[in-house]
Amino acid sequence: MGSNGHVISMSAIRKVYDTGKVKVEALKGIDLAVSSGQFVAVVGPSGSGKSTLMNLIGCLDTPTDGTYRLAGEDVAGFSRDQLADIRNRRVGFVFQNFNLLPQISSFENVEMPLLFGGVSPRKRRERVEELLAKVGLADRMEHKPTELSGGQMQRVAIARALAMDPDILLADEPTGNLDTSSGSDVMSLFGELWAQGRTLIVITHDMSLAKRAGRIVEVRDGRIIRDTAAEA
Amino acid sequence: MTRHDLTLAFQLFFRSARLQKKRATLTIASLAWGTVTILLLLAFGEGLKRQIATNEQAMGTNLAILWPGETSIPYKGLPEGRGIRPRLDDVEFVRERMPDLDAVWGEVTSWRTALAYGRKTVNARIIGTIPIYGSRRNQFPKPGGRFLDPQDEAEKRRVVFLGTELAKDIFAQEDPVGKTILINNSPFTVIGVMIPKRQSSTYGGPDAQHGVIPASTFKALFGKDRLNVLVLRVKKPEDMDDALVRLNQVLSPRLGFDPQDPRVFGVWNTVEGQKMGAKIMLGLQIFFGVIGALTLIIGGVGVANIMYAVVKERTREIGVKMALGARRNWITGPFILEGLVYTLLGGLFGALIAIVLVVLIGLLPTEGNEALEFLGKPTLSWSIGLVTVAILGTAGLLAGYFPARRAASIDPATTLRYE
Repeated sequence: MGSNGHVISMSAIRKVYDTGKVKVEALKGIDLAVSSGQFVAVVGPSGSGKSTLMNLIGCLDTPTDGTYRLAGEDVAGFSRDQLADIRNRRVGFVFQNFNLLPQISSFENVEMPLLFGGVSPRKRRERVEELLAKVGLADRMEHKPTELSGGQMQRVAIARALAMDPDILLADEPTGNLDTSSGSDVMSLFGELWAQGRTLIVITHDMSLAKRAGRIVEVRDGRIIRDTAAEA
Repeated sequence: MTRHDLTLAFQLFFRSARLQKKRATLTIASLAWGTVTILLLLAFGEGLKRQIATNEQAMGTNLAILWPGETSIPYKGLPEGRGIRPRLDDVEFVRERMPDLDAVWGEVTSWRTALAYGRKTVNARIIGTIPIYGSRRNQFPKPGGRFLDPQDEAEKRRVVFLGTELAKDIFAQEDPVGKTILINNSPFTVIGVMIPKRQSSTYGGPDAQHGVIPASTFKALFGKDRLNVLVLRVKKPEDMDDALVRLNQVLSPRLGFDPQDPRVFGVWNTVEGQKMGAKIMLGLQIFFGVIGALTLIIGGVGVANIMYAVVKERTREIGVKMALGARRNWITGPFILEGLVYTLLGGLFGALIAIVLVVLIGLLPTEGNEALEFLGKPTLSWSIGLVTVAILGTAGLLAGYFPARRAASIDPATTLRYE
């Protein structure tokens, strides 16, 4: 772990989107530190910059200004391939729209990060079977995403995010496209993952999910306006 | 590129190829079709070219044919308007005086001569000439026969060499060699039959329809030794102009005409025609080259289009893979591999189809079919095939590689938003 034991440490982070005609400042100076094992819920109205923040944390995008240290290392110095490796090993993503590859089976979707990680075929198979069993989809391994329900797809996506056993799990509105019961399945899955000691950062509108978190960060207009420890 | 990069590129390529069978098939098919089209087009071009060249050369090359005429300029007190009629023995005189010529011969002709075999009689042209005529005019004997030889000439033998069609007219299916026919009621032994050839230019008539006998025999039989034509053959085309001037100088004192007189001989200089032929060949080659290049461009655009569309369609997939930790090479590698493999397969299939088609066309009987005979046999060119596949493949490769590289260069956050 890096300075102060923070797994994520952002200071004065700005992100400006230059669309050619207009410049949009999505983040106007974010300071955020997350300790290992925290469960952070990021809340805020749409357009507030939550997703941009999430993309920066997950190294899907790079900040315009400011310093971002991931596990103590300054991300600004990383090459594209090093960033790819971070996405592969350090961070797992869960998207609102799942982002599963539609033409391949659940098994192959979950296997994808392992393939990039250079895991041997035998270990890949073991790991994928283990993960899909964990999310309760052992019997859906050969199904394609189109043959699954929304809740099942999101569970496949979570299994995929966990494939390389990352320290940090990022989720952008993981229950946003799910009905209530699938949503609560996913939520309890997150609860379990937290209990196992992972760092979780979840964007959500869903207050019931936010309440499970130990900490709620509220973003508005590109700034953090409130950062509270949730009442237990 | 590390080994991990390569293995991954292969794994990802095979996974996507297995999923995209239809697209793979289409890409390979369009590459194959492009290859077939160009290979066939140029194969026919090459065949036509060769056929024309063969037809052009069937009469022989580097020849000048001279028809005796009459003087138009007074010479040493002799008036104009005198007929100049070289005889068979003037040929020997020319040969001695012009040793640099490849060959010189005279031809005496008897038109519509009766040739009889059994009950059958046909009328045909009989030529009396010397043995060198055969090889220089590309009249070669079929196996089992021979052309005239010096002994025939020296002994005034009654032997005849028959053109292909004339032999067929007289003998139908029978083997003519060794048989005796009557020419002007004199018995002649058939010593050979000409190998069939397509001939696009003639003087007097096609070689296939005449009979050739020794000049000495001709003189004895028909009592005629004034030449119908005198023929020169030079060793190199560029020698022809000098040879024609020299010929006039050599014959002028002997036959009594002004060497500058343009009307003594009507001259057909085939070297002129050969130059023209070479230009036509060049024109043909350019024509087929241009059509081939245009076809290639269309094919290239088609392949490029498919690959480009594929990358566009898969931009989101690229984003997902990058979010999961794919490096740039792992994104572009499979596309490059796809381009290479599809090109290889497409080129291979195309070449196979082209070969099969060309072989099949080659099996079609051309005899008696004028169009096919003129078209000639299509002839494949390997270098053109390779160039075709290389160009189509490069187009596909570039069209796949650059968009893929671009997609892999953007932050995955942006690529993931792509719809």
